[in-house]
Amino acid sequence: MYPTDRHYTTDHEWISMSGTMARIGITDYAQDQLGDVVFVELPEVGQLFESGTQFGSIESVKAVSDLFCPMAGRVVEVNGALSDRPETVNEGPHDAWMIVIELKDPSQTDGLLDAAAYTELVS
Amino acid sequence: MTDAPAKLLKTPLHGRHVAMGARMVPFGGWDMPVQYSGITEEHLAVRTAAGLFDVSHMGEIEVAGGDALAAVQRISSNDASRLEIGQAHYSALTTEEGTFVDDLLVYRLTNDHFMLVVNASSIAKDFAHIRAGIQEVGDAFAVNTSSRYALIAVQGPRALDIVQPLTEVDLAGIGYYHFETGEVASQRSTISRTGYTGEDGFELFVPPSGADRLWQTLLTAGAEAGLKPAGLGARDTLRLEAAMRLSGQDIDETTTVLEAGLGWIVGWDKPDFIGREALIAQKARGVTRKLVGFEMVERGIARHGYPVFVGADPVGVVSSGTRTPFLGKAIGLAYLPVGACAPGTKCAIEIRGRQVTARVVSLPFYKRG
Repeated sequence: MYPTDRHYTTDHEWISMSGTMARIGITDYAQDQLGDVVFVELPEVGQLFESGTQFGSIESVKAVSDLFCPMAGRVVEVNGALSDRPETVNEGPHDAWMIVIELKDPSQTDGLLDAAAYTELVS
Repeated sequence: MTDAPAKLLKTPLHGRHVAMGARMVPFGGWDMPVQYSGITEEHLAVRTAAGLFDVSHMGEIEVAGGDALAAVQRISSNDASRLEIGQAHYSALTTEEGTFVDDLLVYRLTNDHFMLVVNASSIAKDFAHIRAGIQEVGDAFAVNTSSRYALIAVQGPRALDIVQPLTEVDLAGIGYYHFETGEVASQRSTISRTGYTGEDGFELFVPPSGADRLWQTLLTAGAEAGLKPAGLGARDTLRLEAAMRLSGQDIDETTTVLEAGLGWIVGWDKPDFIGREALIAQKARGVTRKLVGFEMVERGIARHGYPVFVGADPVGVVSSGTRTPFLGKAIGLAYLPVGACAPGTKCAIEIRGRQVTARVVSLPFYKRG
């Protein structure tokens, strides 16, 4: 269910790391809890975020949730396609990435979960 | 929501919702289904085919006695003398200030017997208000009969086709906001052509013991027509598209019936009702703010409580807002100063610290064809 090629957070986000870059999205559990996603608000390229700070928000028909940056870094890419097709977050949450950040410290993976630990968390 | 909830109440269909995999949430003290397949899908089902709702959490308060009409006239803003037996209307329980205790439907069961259908979260408050309000009216008493009814709503353009084969009552013969008693799927029922979705449909008041069987029968009977079980989430987006007010959110004890744009539910010619003087005075003076509809021009979704700006000034507040599945745009209701209420007026809604452009539009957002 949860791809083993990436890390997860207790805020129900996934982080796929490649060198100093990290691609971030929300998990299948998160999208299911949210319900139909109708709006994703993302930052601008170049913005800096500390670990645990809010980088955006995601809205379902019913509610708004904050998106938190799981690791410190600078935004280098934003998935603009989500603004026109936010429902892709429901359709394929593990493909519908939100931002790519260049990590301040790629070794700083404390507190991140692997797929098995995350599966246990949400089951 | 932050307080640890007291034991939540359950409708007679609670076990069915859980068994069918609905997502349950606390609402007004009840454990209710917020969605089955998803709010968007359920919303669209109601607009294009039909949806099945459990609204048994709604309260029923019956007023009877030789002076029942006078009692209802005292506590309800609308003019109940205009109701025929078998007819219902929308109304308000008002304070002396002309603000809302709650909104409700008033059903005239017989000449001297009325049923008031009120919101789930305010049953106790409403009942106390009604009892106090009718104390001096003579021969009239109020009974909270909420536990005697389950309430199942079938809403949507196919509602009549779905329910008709299950009853001998001629449903097409029941006018909008009228009701009849009869059997539906062998279940004694009050069949009311009312709803909270902006679609045609029926609300079936049945004994709690028969609710589950009726629910199942309806689901089976309606499957081919596209009937889908629906939750409170879709109920909320549907009612907002139809610009139906939500008590406790769009209307409450701080907003008057006139400010809410509901002057049509005031029986202006009635000699007396709670709040009459305040409303007549406000009508003569003119309101300073009004509930209006808006739609977002820029991207963003307004939600309850977000401030509204005209120019640099905060002038009002959003009472309801969502992105509607059917119209496909972000809409909402807000209280604005009368000077900013004309359709087309630009305003800005502060969404998480950012001002996002919106414009006033006329209500309702959606009207069935």
